Amino acid sequence: MANILAVDDSASMRSMVAFTLRGAGHDVDEADNGRNALDQAGGKKYDLVLADVNMPVMDGISMVREMRTMAGYSGVPILMLTTESDVNKKMEGKAAGATGWLVKPFDPDQLLATVARVLG
Amino acid sequence: MSKVDLAQFHKAFHEESLDGLDAMEQALLALDEGAEDPELINVVFRAAHSIKGGAATFGFADVAAFTHVAENLMDEVRSGRRPMEKAVVELLLRSGDIIRDMLSLQMAGQPGASAESQALLAELSAMVAGGSAVPAAAAKAAAPAEAIEGWDIAFRPFDYLLKTGNDPARMFRELQGMGPLSVSTDASALPPLASMDPTASYLAYTLGLAAGAKRAAVEGVFDWVDGDCDLTITPRVAAPAPAPAAAAPAAPAAPRAVREVATNSEASSVRVGIEKIDTLINLVGELVITQSMLSQFHDGVQDAQLEMLRQGLAQLARHTRELQESVMSIRMLPISTVFNRFPRLVRDLAQKLDKKVVLDLRGETTELDKTVLEKIGDPLVHLVRNAIDHGLEVPAKRQAAGKGDTGTLRMEAFHRGGSIVVEVADDGAGLNRDAIVAKAIQRGIIASGDGMTDDQVAELIFEAGFSTAAATTDLSGRGVGMDVVRRNVMDLGGTVGITSKYGQGTTFTITLPLTLAIIDGLTAAVGEETYIVPLVSIVESVQVKAENVRSVVGGGELFRFRDEWLPIVRLFDVFGCSGPRRAVDEGIVIVVEGEGTRIGLFVDELIGQQQAVVKSLEANYRRVTGISGATILADGSVALITDIAGLVRLQGRRKAA
Repeated sequence: MANILAVDDSASMRSMVAFTLRGAGHDVDEADNGRNALDQAGGKKYDLVLADVNMPVMDGISMVREMRTMAGYSGVPILMLTTESDVNKKMEGKAAGATGWLVKPFDPDQLLATVARVLG
Repeated sequence: MSKVDLAQFHKAFHEESLDGLDAMEQALLALDEGAEDPELINVVFRAAHSIKGGAATFGFADVAAFTHVAENLMDEVRSGRRPMEKAVVELLLRSGDIIRDMLSLQMAGQPGASAESQALLAELSAMVAGGSAVPAAAAKAAAPAEAIEGWDIAFRPFDYLLKTGNDPARMFRELQGMGPLSVSTDASALPPLASMDPTASYLAYTLGLAAGAKRAAVEGVFDWVDGDCDLTITPRVAAPAPAPAAAAPAAPAAPRAVREVATNSEASSVRVGIEKIDTLINLVGELVITQSMLSQFHDGVQDAQLEMLRQGLAQLARHTRELQESVMSIRMLPISTVFNRFPRLVRDLAQKLDKKVVLDLRGETTELDKTVLEKIGDPLVHLVRNAIDHGLEVPAKRQAAGKGDTGTLRMEAFHRGGSIVVEVADDGAGLNRDAIVAKAIQRGIIASGDGMTDDQVAELIFEAGFSTAAATTDLSGRGVGMDVVRRNVMDLGGTVGITSKYGQGTTFTITLPLTLAIIDGLTAAVGEETYIVPLVSIVESVQVKAENVRSVVGGGELFRFRDEWLPIVRLFDVFGCSGPRRAVDEGIVIVVEGEGTRIGLFVDELIGQQQAVVKSLEANYRRVTGISGATILADGSVALITDIAGLVRLQGRRKAA
């Protein structure tokens, strides 16, 4: 099973993601903004990072850009959690180095299907 | 299907949404006052965005739909397409209120869009450019149905593809899930081994999927690598048909520079259920009792071998105290959680009354017990309403009085001794002594104002049924008088005082205990029982000589304390204790003050000072007048904690009877 880092400033969203993935047998750590996510990723190797776009302190796109420069993270899947109204954000995320995205709102099944797609 | 019940996240979502709405409101008010920090606009946008996302995820469609439109309006401001004008602030403030209401209804299990929310939604939609705010995703025309037997895919990843975390092997497995897949590889671009970058991709692939999968499904496999490869997807159609390749669509928009925002204004916090904390506090209370039990034991032992035990006990005492303090602090929250609602209230009231008011909040980081915080809001709202409605004058009147147009309302919290003081002060008209005296006489509260000090006159407004407003206005005259404010504060173990200077302003001073869970008290023996008198209420303890005591008609006793005669309240009689009843010069009188009145509590003797963990009497027995709770003493026996305000009221009734 995979080590996953869930990054979102919304505690309810974060716990939904973490709870769902833990239920599927993954180890999940949480971070509430991009800066803290980078700190955590520096201390532990994750197999997958799921990150919200809009966050205080450091947003998800800046986080991806920096994470791609970190040792061991050049090819790790990073998925942006974005909304349908953020069409540009998907592209910005990709340009920054994100692997793909998961469109909000998503339900636990969609989350698991998308995670299976990158870990498969 | 996963078996994740989304309802378990509703409470957390609700709480964080309320926090977000508060942050949004504060940011809007700051913007309203002309602040130009772009981060404020981001805070508002982020709050709306998070609530929309969460609401949609957790199934609150009404909230999501409403917030979506507010978010669009905010997005126009954020991207500079619309200035942050008054009208926008106003609309967004009202939207915040509506969202708050909708969330509460959702949590109460009564979802639905009120007429008010519908009307506001219409206003919002009208303001948002272009009317309809629905994203244009639906514009994608439905492709005509094709009789597709399979797919041919030409896929040449750009060399950096692997670095985006996408892996062709994984994508092929995804395609394989749709049907039989053939893969042929073109390695012509492969460089010599020596110059090969192991993280780069050099291969090109020709894929054949022998299954009539949906176009969206096949394209979906490649949606994340759009722009990172050359891609041609061609359907194998049964009948020859001119179905052109659907290649990668338009190049992505050039990425805008994303500004990094550093802000530390959002406090990090942990939410802990209050019942868990109460359990902890109770346990620590028991620990305190154990510790004092042990220390009693060690006092009686002389053996030198027990020196170790003595040291251990000293350590236990210190650790217990530290543990207690740190556990207590979990319950403490900054008063800013209450103060935060006032900028909006003051703004709205001032606007409604055509007054100019500046709110000066100070000491917002001062921490208070959560229970106290929850209950102090209403009294403060009342004081603030009163101050703006009756205290502060309209600009013309202020000018006539030689003051500036704009009145100042100061709310300040600070520590004083073992208490927290909250002041609400205005620089308005102040109390009119003559008007108050006249009203009090009319209401039968006093017979005459002669000989009363200004402070005594000011105190009259706390009497039940007193209202200084000549005409009850929409704002203050809500049937709640200052007497209710005083009672609410007293229920929290606090006091309210007032000082006022005619023409210069009025200051209300609320003094509150740091916590309700533990009190510092003086233990006293009465008959065969032990009582605890809260230290905060104690003025002094004195021995009274028989010649300084006078009996009065009706059986009461008075004693001379400095320049006044105070009534003696014998706890022995009030609580019907058993054991010998002492004469007045055989015991101690503890002078206490409650509700601004002093009385002397007569007890047999003083035992000592100690901290008492307050246990509810009501929860285990019933409410008793003059008793606020009970505690367990070091020897395991129960002592009752006296309620000084209650005893003062009891004495007042006896006097009146």
